[in-house]
Amino acid sequence: MTTTTRMTETGTITIDATVNGRPVHATIAAQTTLLDFVREELGLRGAKRSCDVQVCGACTMLLDGTPVSSCCTLAWEAQGKAITTIEGLSAHGSLDPIQQAFVDTGAVQCGFCTSGMVLTAKSLLADNPSPSRDDITAYMSGNLCRCTGYWRIIDAIQLAGERMRDKDGGS
Amino acid sequence: MLSAFTLHQPVSVTEASEMLRHYGDDAAIYAGGTELLVLMKERLVHFAHLIDIKQIPGLSSIAVDDAAGSMSIGSLASHRALERSPLIRERAPLLAEVESQVANIRVRNAGTIGGNLCFAEPHSDPATLFVAWDAHFTLASAGGSRTVAAADFFTGLLETAREPDELLTGIDLPLLPSGAGSSYQRFKTHERPAAAAAATLWVEDGRIRDARLVAGSVGIGPERLPATEEMIKGQEPDATLFARAAELAAASVFIEEEGFESAEYKRHLIGVLMKRALAQAAERAAS
Ligand SMILES: Cc1cc2nc3c(=O)[nH]c(=O)nc-3n(C[C@H](O)[C@H](O)[C@H](O)COP(=O)(O)OP(=O)(O)OC[C@H]3O[C@@H](n4cnc5c(N)ncnc54)[C@H](O)[C@@H]3O)c2cc1C
Ligand code: FES
Ligand code: FES
Repeated sequence: MTTTTRMTETGTITIDATVNGRPVHATIAAQTTLLDFVREELGLRGAKRSCDVQVCGACTMLLDGTPVSSCCTLAWEAQGKAITTIEGLSAHGSLDPIQQAFVDTGAVQCGFCTSGMVLTAKSLLADNPSPSRDDITAYMSGNLCRCTGYWRIIDAIQLAGERMRDKDGGS
Repeated sequence: MLSAFTLHQPVSVTEASEMLRHYGDDAAIYAGGTELLVLMKERLVHFAHLIDIKQIPGLSSIAVDDAAGSMSIGSLASHRALERSPLIRERAPLLAEVESQVANIRVRNAGTIGGNLCFAEPHSDPATLFVAWDAHFTLASAGGSRTVAAADFFTGLLETAREPDELLTGIDLPLLPSGAGSSYQRFKTHERPAAAAAATLWVEDGRIRDARLVAGSVGIGPERLPATEEMIKGQEPDATLFARAAELAAASVFIEEEGFESAEYKRHLIGVLMKRALAQAAERAAS
């Protein structure tokens, strides 16, 4: 029987990927989720575990720019891909425009949903730089917030979109 | 936490099918994993071998065959790919519309259409749509391939006509001719729909020549409503007819008691949604 080249006899797999732009090579158990890999093996704790069943979005990470539920994604899927976590957005010491807009509009209360919200918003704005409030609601509907009532999160995403467009237009 | 398993990456349908045969009940196909991993995490099932079929080439293509009058969709196409495909938006816009409302953005990115259909979860949107659209599914194994009508594929709760060593490889969707129209209506308060209704109408000389009406999400799988279909065939499509048809659909549909909504409420929803589906399908048939 043919078996995969990435699976070893002892039940581990190897992964080559980048995490926030940094190359990572790891050998881990095949059943490791992306969330456990990033939180426990790499020590990046920005992504949260909440529902654990793909409903809340607190664990959102980007794989090649696309949001996934890291709680229910095998680390296996990250092979050859770029993993972006919330830590990657402020890697150069300043906040990403989306993070700054969340601060400025008061879109953060307890903060548990925030890393997932910001990353999901990042992929939305990359795809659609000037989304309507309805576009934002539709795209973000799988990211739950128990504190803010969403209104300010939508404000923040619109504000970030405006600032990013101004910056692009001005440069 | 997930228990240990071995991941395999076959590069052909034959190889994957042979693995399924070799490992039997110890193995499962793993596509997006959005259903499978949740079941395994909750320890509802365990498989010692997961067969990742994403390295098999050609299974995520989307193409139109104008001569055959159909669109073919590979089973590995993600919901998001179907939602965004320019070809689908142009030639089968209802599918793109339905796909854009499935689950959430993360599940649409990872989840495949084949995984959705093979899991046969009763709240599946595409399952209901495809039965009303008279889609056909291709099942392939090391021994060859066969085609099954969507209506015959869904055999029960989480059950399909797929044999243990078969893969779902593709979906064939007939392109509706002019004079035909289709609609899908759903209502949801949680992640998956509470009730859904799909209608396809073929209208000729001002009368309904043929109809496929399907209720979804309220029973054990997509349910065709033959009595309601018969009632509207040969009739002129109008609001009075559709109101009566919706009443019959609601009265005759099988309701499974589960989930957040009462049976009575789901029955009511089927009536409301079927009336809307019929009206929109007729409008599209006329345009
Ligand atoms: C939070 C959430 C919300 C959802 N909401 C909706 C919704 O609103 N509407 C809706 O329709 N669906 C909904 N879904 C279901 C979603 O569409 C499916 O989870 C997804 O499409 C499954 O695809 P997958 O590739 O991840 O399947 P997997 O989890 O990989 O596989 C599912 C099953 O199918 C088998 N399988 C997969 N591919 C094949 C194949 N090609 N051949 C043979 N067997 C195969 C696997 O062995 C497994 O048993 C929701 C799911 C979640 C988790
Ligand atoms: S923890 Fe992953 S989606 Fe909720
Ligand atoms: S700020 Fe508390 S969950 Fe969103």
